Amino acid sequence: MKRVLFVSIMLLAAAATVFAAGGQEATKGDIIKFGVFEPLTGANAAGGAEELDGIRLAQDLYPTVTVGGKEYKIELVVADNKSDKVEAANAGQRLVDGDKVTLVLGSWGSSLSMAAGPIFEAAKIPAIGLSCTNPLVTLGNDFYFRVCFLDPFQGTVMANYAVKDVKAKNAVIIREVTNDYSVGLAKFFADAFKSLTGNSGSILAELNYQTGDQDFSAQLTRVKSLNPDVIFAPGNYTESALIIKQARELGITAPFLGGDTWEIAEFVNVGRQAVEGAVMSAFFDNDAPLTPLSKVFVAEYQKKYGKLPSGTAVLGFDGYLLAIDAIKRANSTDPIKIRDAIAVTKGFAGAAGVVNLDQNGDPIKSAVIKEVKNGKFVYKTTVAP
Amino acid sequence: MPMELSTFFQQLANAMSLGSLYALIAIGYTMVYGILRLINFAHGDVFMLGAYFAFYAITLLAMPWWIAFAVALGLTAVFGMGLERMAYRPLRDSPKISVMISAIGASFLIQNLGVVIFGGRPKSFPSIPLFDTVVRFGPVSVLSVSLFIPVVTLVSLIVLLYIVNQTKTGLAMRAVSTDLDAARLMAIDVNRTVSITFGIGSFLAALGGIMWTMKYPQLNPLMGVMPGLKCFIAAVIGGIGNIQGAVLGGFILGALEILIVAFLPELTGYRDAFAFVLLIVVLLVKPAGLLGKAQAVKV
Repeated sequence: MKRVLFVSIMLLAAAATVFAAGGQEATKGDIIKFGVFEPLTGANAAGGAEELDGIRLAQDLYPTVTVGGKEYKIELVVADNKSDKVEAANAGQRLVDGDKVTLVLGSWGSSLSMAAGPIFEAAKIPAIGLSCTNPLVTLGNDFYFRVCFLDPFQGTVMANYAVKDVKAKNAVIIREVTNDYSVGLAKFFADAFKSLTGNSGSILAELNYQTGDQDFSAQLTRVKSLNPDVIFAPGNYTESALIIKQARELGITAPFLGGDTWEIAEFVNVGRQAVEGAVMSAFFDNDAPLTPLSKVFVAEYQKKYGKLPSGTAVLGFDGYLLAIDAIKRANSTDPIKIRDAIAVTKGFAGAAGVVNLDQNGDPIKSAVIKEVKNGKFVYKTTVAP
Repeated sequence: MPMELSTFFQQLANAMSLGSLYALIAIGYTMVYGILRLINFAHGDVFMLGAYFAFYAITLLAMPWWIAFAVALGLTAVFGMGLERMAYRPLRDSPKISVMISAIGASFLIQNLGVVIFGGRPKSFPSIPLFDTVVRFGPVSVLSVSLFIPVVTLVSLIVLLYIVNQTKTGLAMRAVSTDLDAARLMAIDVNRTVSITFGIGSFLAALGGIMWTMKYPQLNPLMGVMPGLKCFIAAVIGGIGNIQGAVLGGFILGALEILIVAFLPELTGYRDAFAFVLLIVVLLVKPAGLLGKAQAVKV
């Protein structure tokens, strides 16, 4: 009995392989594969899901691209980098070697992008980062580009806000020490804060935690004894929401400031009452459209998903459109020619603003500041670079 | 670093609250080992399931929290028995290493099924006012659930010791633990006893999961991995197989983790590494743990 079962399973598997191969044969030649390199499980899963939503929406609206008079269908190959730097390198390698993608979109989380960056560069496959803001993602990597602003700018924006709007004279930084994004952004904030206050001792302490930690009581007890005017805590929304919740439980009343990673539903769902008043920099606000495409994006997103988009989803949308735009301009499906076309992007009007890439592959874009009010991310102001 | 008295008391409260949580999860871990000599690596994942069951019972089925908890505890216990039936019982006569590998496999299976069924995006545990209120004692403040956890841990410890030492089932458990074949010859229903052991172990894991998720109200399918490892360490520190030892080990580990962050903030990034170093040191210096008895193993 067991043997019969085994044989039939093997036959089924063989048949499946043949059919799969046959299917590929029929459509080969008029498909361009986009690798989607995102964390879909683990601590950053919600971030990856948001960007993927934006990419899928763009694919719905623009499913094909015409190169040399021939129409190509875009196929998305989604690779889960599991919110883990080692897995990220594996997932990147799989996209390059196994799936043979033409270009890559992603990843949420600068550390994850940085883990796979050298792989894409070695394979000469262009990659478009969506919301990864650490300068090192694109620096020294000729094949990595991005459609969002960078952390030196974001850190300065938040330091300005802390000094001018919160009127803070000193600050404590709580950073996720295993996360390049968090460490980098914390440093840029600290530099700007010190120069704005004119006091090199105005950062009272820089406290650390690790990705995945759940108990921050020891660090926060220290914060309480320091009694700072403001707390800057860039990091994953998962840990950040718990940090703020536990801080309020300890009776810390100082305002919390953070970065773009906070603007996600899970931050409010976990933090609830505690994250009210938390202020963060973000990429985009639905009520402050930047280009004609912004309105199209917001309307179509609501139609497809039945909710308002986040500032992260819009970058997934823009990354996909920039890829299509570059393929058209290159008029080629060759990854290196596409890379060259992306590199000279000027005046590309995405839903989240106009993208002009500099020699590092980075755009210069404005940031918006948002605050959590009644469980919603409410627009405060736009800061131009 | 000079420390004010209020800060010291707050850190003490932090340490007690984390330690009692570790202790609670470590009890179940150590009990299964004590009776079956099996390190159930899936314990952390059963812990995760308990938290998810409670979450869905409250959010989807709109049950009041105490019914939801009872349902989650019951379901997890049944799940634990099923897990034993599927993954461990068929290997009972195989070498111990096979069962251990099967446990690791079960752990990965449950995690990945969790990702498929519950989704990878973290969920937020609903707030239950009784447990989610801040209680202040002068300058020291704790979440009310942190006051319940030590009580739950202590009650679990007492009930468990009573079951193991005073009841007929407990006698059967101890007999199975001493010699499985001889126990069978004495007309002890070994399968039933092992099932009950797993049921209780999983019940305790679910209890720990629910308490954990009320303190840190965020669920994801991999949430059991770190607590599972930490509580394994706690169980080893106390002497694996020894129930009082697990409680002691949990408190020691929790306290040391808080102390390292409080007094040596530069080393915060090594908090988890430190727990594993502690495991190695204990295994080198006192392999039987603080309260465990050294025993000769027939090879």
